[in-house]
Amino acid sequence: MSTETNTEIPVSTPSTASVFRLMLTRFRRGDSGMIPIVIGLIVLGAYFQIRSSVFLSTGNLTNLMVQATIFVLLGIAEVWLLLLGEIDLSAGFNAGLAGAIATILVDTQFHWSWYFAVGLALIASTAFGALWGFLVIGLRLPSFIVTLAGQLGLEGLVLWIVDSQGTGGSISIHEPVLYNIVYGNFTPLFTIIFIVGTVLALSFSLIRKNASRASRNLESVPMPLMLIRIVGLIIGGAVMIWIFDSNRGKFTPIHGMPFAIMIVGVVLGACTFIMNKTKPGRYIYAIGGNAEAARRSGIAVNRYRLMAFMMTGLISGIAGLVYVSNLNGISDSINGGTLVLYAVAAAVIGGTSLFGGRGKMVHALIGGVVIATIYNGMALIQLGAPQQYIATALVLLGAVTIDSLARRGSTIVK
Amino acid sequence: MTIQSEPVLELRNINKSYGSVKALTDVSFKAFAGEVIGLVGDNGAGKSSLIKTISGAHNPDSGEMIVDGVARHWKSPHDSMMAGIETLYQDSGLAPDLTIGSNIFLGRELEKKGILGKFGFLDQKSMERRALDELEKVGITVPLSRRTVSQLSGGQRQAVAVGRAAMWAKHVIILDEPTNHLGARQSLEVLKVITAARDQGLCVLFISHTLPHVLEVTDRIIVLRLGRVVKDAPTTEFTVESLLGTITGLNT
Repeated sequence: MSTETNTEIPVSTPSTASVFRLMLTRFRRGDSGMIPIVIGLIVLGAYFQIRSSVFLSTGNLTNLMVQATIFVLLGIAEVWLLLLGEIDLSAGFNAGLAGAIATILVDTQFHWSWYFAVGLALIASTAFGALWGFLVIGLRLPSFIVTLAGQLGLEGLVLWIVDSQGTGGSISIHEPVLYNIVYGNFTPLFTIIFIVGTVLALSFSLIRKNASRASRNLESVPMPLMLIRIVGLIIGGAVMIWIFDSNRGKFTPIHGMPFAIMIVGVVLGACTFIMNKTKPGRYIYAIGGNAEAARRSGIAVNRYRLMAFMMTGLISGIAGLVYVSNLNGISDSINGGTLVLYAVAAAVIGGTSLFGGRGKMVHALIGGVVIATIYNGMALIQLGAPQQYIATALVLLGAVTIDSLARRGSTIVK
Repeated sequence: MTIQSEPVLELRNINKSYGSVKALTDVSFKAFAGEVIGLVGDNGAGKSSLIKTISGAHNPDSGEMIVDGVARHWKSPHDSMMAGIETLYQDSGLAPDLTIGSNIFLGRELEKKGILGKFGFLDQKSMERRALDELEKVGITVPLSRRTVSQLSGGQRQAVAVGRAAMWAKHVIILDEPTNHLGARQSLEVLKVITAARDQGLCVLFISHTLPHVLEVTDRIIVLRLGRVVKDAPTTEFTVESLLGTITGLNT
């Protein structure tokens, strides 16, 4: 068949120039999502550094990343549901519940082993995710309402079990494993091995994937862009090693990557992997984009929706463990409602759509770091909670406005 | 175009009622491999009921359906797909945020060999390669296969959807208003794919209100009125006016 009679879906061989052009059109359409926000992050970082010389110190950057873990983990939890066009407003208190269960079981009168306590905490948070899933899918209720009820109900449950310990509304952690999620560090050597290993593995898989695509005559990434990506990875890895392995202790030396950072890395890596490489991931994108088409293609739509609700619950639970470790315990003043809104904001700032189909796990990382930067930087320049809330509000509004304006100019029809 | 002696799809005296409303009355026709059949009729003439019967969305009250020489009864649309009949409903049925290749294989993904496949790991490169090859057969070239469907124009999207149906159908593809909402140039893209699918040896049932498209792309036209087949004749016997007359019942 000659090419003239073909329905050509345009743009020919992917030269470097054409890939840049494609990136530019994507950018205009709002598909690049992350580029403006990364630029915004750099601007924010520069501003805070000018106002406060400690902002870019390795100690503060480590602190910032630890602060970001909770937003990033809850954000990842939300992306699972946002991709389906659903939401879980209870994720913050579901995290609180998991944290409370783990804290109470390892300390107070129980003294369980940490792995049983953590296991039970995660089972509980996953079970609540599943419960919302059953209500939304089985009774066809809107997830917004089901999980709003869930938020209130879980808040009550958390207050009840925390207050019933008779410790005055707060319980602190004495158990070393839970405590060390945030306050324990890998050795500097292991930090280097872990980061170098990750950079090598990612670069290797990029190169291998590209070579195998090229060998099958499929669209591949041109060499210069490939180099840019790999150099970017190496620089990123080097910066991380510098941040974590510099001494950040005031009195006694502290080195190495906090365990919590690795937990975020593993959760993010696993979720990204599921989304990009496996059937469930692909089906979640399909269902979020066009549920009817997915159903007609023979996909068990409800099974994957339930799976997403459970993953949201599970990852919320993990976030809760990091949260209690960071706060050194659980108290009845935990504000899970604000946490979950920050989590949704993180995902949306990163570029995930609220309407399903469009988004990535890494958006939660970008958005979570933005929120933590505002939070951390504004505290450093002695602006309080009022300004922090207002600044976050402006960033969130800015991010969705850019996204929606960019999309209005595009051909995308939802 | 080759018309074989054995029909790939034959309907014999199909009847269907919804309560007291008779939607289809003794509908019979034969469809052969390598032909495009236009299925036309006014609103309420029974087009939708007929394609739902053929695609297995519902069952006829009486009558026989023979697919490739075998009498068939569908329990679900899935059965008709398994028997080699692909149906494309009015909205294209593609997932906008997945790539073209992912859409072609949606619900029929190839898994990696061995243990990884058991865990749902996908063989993305094989799928993409095959998708591009199969689309090429019906005249769709996709140089940037990693584009999502949302980045395509309406015509390209519909062309991909028809290409997808053509790839998986063994015998028949049913297209319900595939050129609806499309401009002239975009419709042309879709009509080209339909012709290419026919040349691949498929039977295409083309349902449309756009009579010039029907006259352009079909080999034979079946006209339904009030649930009955009122005319079944080669396309060359019709003009827009005579076709319109037959649909409305002004000339018989």
